[in-house]
Amino acid sequence: MKVYVPRDAAAKALGAEAVAAAVLREAEARGVTVDLIRNGSRGMVWLEPLVEIESDAGRLAFGPMGAGDVAALFDDPAAHPKALGPTEELDWMKRQTRLTFARVGVTDPLSLEDYEAHGGLAGLRRALDLPAAEIVEEVTASGLRGRGGAGFPTGIKWKTVAEARADRKYIVCNADEGDSGTFADRMLIEGDPFALIEGMAIAGLACGAEKGFVYLRSEYPDAIEVFAAALPIAREAGLLGPSLLGRGPGFDIELRVGAGAYVCGEETSLLNSLEGKRAVVRAKPPLPALEGLFGRPTVVNNVISLATVPYVLAEGAAAYQAHGHQRSRGTMPLQIAGNVKRGGLFEIAFGVTLGEIVNEIGGGTASGRPVKAVQVGGPLGAYFPPALFDTPFGYEDYTALDGLIGHAGIVVFDDSADMLAQARFALEFCAIESCGKCTPCRIGAVRGVETVDRIAAGDSSAVALLEDLCATMKAGSLCALGGFTPYPVLSALRHFPGDFPAAREAAE
Amino acid sequence: MPANASPPEPLAEAVAEICARHAGLEGPLLPILHEVQAAFGHLPEAAVPMIADALNLGRAEVHGVASFYHDFRSAPAGRHVVKLCRAEACQAMGAEALAAQVQGDLGIGWHETSSDGRVTLEPVFCLGLCACGPAAMIDGELVGRADAEGIEAMLGAEAGQ
Ligand SMILES: Cc1cc2nc3c(=O)[nH]c(=O)nc-3n(C[C@H](O)[C@H](O)[C@H](O)COP(=O)(O)O)c2cc1C
Ligand code: FES
Repeated sequence: MKVYVPRDAAAKALGAEAVAAAVLREAEARGVTVDLIRNGSRGMVWLEPLVEIESDAGRLAFGPMGAGDVAALFDDPAAHPKALGPTEELDWMKRQTRLTFARVGVTDPLSLEDYEAHGGLAGLRRALDLPAAEIVEEVTASGLRGRGGAGFPTGIKWKTVAEARADRKYIVCNADEGDSGTFADRMLIEGDPFALIEGMAIAGLACGAEKGFVYLRSEYPDAIEVFAAALPIAREAGLLGPSLLGRGPGFDIELRVGAGAYVCGEETSLLNSLEGKRAVVRAKPPLPALEGLFGRPTVVNNVISLATVPYVLAEGAAAYQAHGHQRSRGTMPLQIAGNVKRGGLFEIAFGVTLGEIVNEIGGGTASGRPVKAVQVGGPLGAYFPPALFDTPFGYEDYTALDGLIGHAGIVVFDDSADMLAQARFALEFCAIESCGKCTPCRIGAVRGVETVDRIAAGDSSAVALLEDLCATMKAGSLCALGGFTPYPVLSALRHFPGDFPAAREAAE
Repeated sequence: MPANASPPEPLAEAVAEICARHAGLEGPLLPILHEVQAAFGHLPEAAVPMIADALNLGRAEVHGVASFYHDFRSAPAGRHVVKLCRAEACQAMGAEALAAQVQGDLGIGWHETSSDGRVTLEPVFCLGLCACGPAAMIDGELVGRADAEGIEAMLGAEAGQ
């Protein structure tokens, strides 16, 4: 009997370890041999721990499972009270276009055989047959843009590094994933670490780099454990090492763990951190692509950008770019979070509206109360009211509304949310996490908190002051921490004036 | 080591060993700080000059790096460390109220340790459990849909062992 119990951090946080132990205990008591696979998560967090068993009809899902539900799995699975039916037939699964997350939750994350049996390494094999410039061209043609937030075309970045001349170059994977409401990087690394390794190897091949770093945040102990275990397996199999798959140049990856600073997700701050320095932001130019880690040409890409590259190489740019909407090509792993009935990871082509995401896919709020606001794109993203639910998911669409899609975190709030408190928090967070290098961010955030407090106390003159301060932070900050903190603040003020006593008075 | 040298104290010995083991890395400082903290539960002030010497850096520089990051603590934590997520997705699920309740129950605020040395309370900004908030991490173990009773039960269970 083959049983799948996720090792994903969310599944574990909801009791997967106890369920896995119960499976082994029950099997032993009954004298049944089980093959227990600790897979990644299918992304249906509200059903975690989601257990699957293999059957003639494919994999059958059960959830949310507690240890006490395990014994009945061994009796008549079809009659199990937590039976959900075949996993692939679940609405949540059927509606997705899983390109980047095709294997997550399906395979054993640490089995390279499983990885290959599900299409892994096809992209790297093809890349090894191509001249470097054609790899870059393929990535450019796919339309893939950076999934870390800024949306810069991945192929163009690679071209800059590929054409730079230097004794050494680096591929740096940004796995700092600090945005609230996001967990795609975590799930990918925990569920399919070889996809990231393969993507980085292809990047190395394309750009002429032989060394990669993965900068993984310390808040993700499970991802750290899985990735640290995947590296030696990859080396053993020749996927990493002195010659890629025995016929390419060398490439190896080192895992580095962050130390709890949000700003380290900003690429130049991350490079300083890797170098062992205070993680202050660097002024640009020079671009990291030309003078990055230790002054060498460096690709810095998000986990999802890199883990999507194997698909692009294996299936071709056209297959990827066939999905999407306007200049947002391909798919995005949405992370639906906060006060939502069905939260989790949902990969779909760009273009889906915010209302579809929140209401149809997410099922509305968990509390059952009306949706008040949705923050898209992490702590630097804007709050959207339901009036903007027809906005299609795309980089330009959100920019046009003074927002951003960021790393595609979608955080739902019900009508108990106080938007003045959310605006205040955005500034407080910026003050806590500011690297301190530029004044608009360091001082502006502190002044911002004070100004919001004045508004809360009924000082109507403080509203204009807050708007001014935000304009200064936007225009004068060195990076998007100070530069984008105004998005959540001003969107809260603009779309929810009723929550700002002073603004309300001024309007009346 | 010359035979007449006094035996190195445990801290110096451990730090020297950790530094030596990371000597070949590019940019070894952060991994070293992590390891020293893992070994001693905090970054002892006395370790800073040792690391600085081993890496040929200024003491101020090492201190500056260590103090930049939220993870590194200059004093030992309590026997248990409770981290509660304060970020937006957890706020939407009542993280503020949970924090207030836990602070009240433990009688401590953020970054504080209870007077009996039992628990240290820390804020964290996202644990990647944003679809099952509020999220917590108790002594390294992740908890989704956390509540004050469950947290106290985990602390009690472990304290009783
Ligand atoms: C304050 C701040 C935090 C950021 N955090 C992250 C992060 O956690 N992960 C990430 O990939 N990019 C983050 N970014 C964006 C990076 O600076 C950079 O654009 C990205 O890593 C480039 O990779 P991509 O092109 O693949 O998106 C952050 C930016 C800022 C300003
Ligand atoms: S916001 Fe709390 S775990 Fe992500």
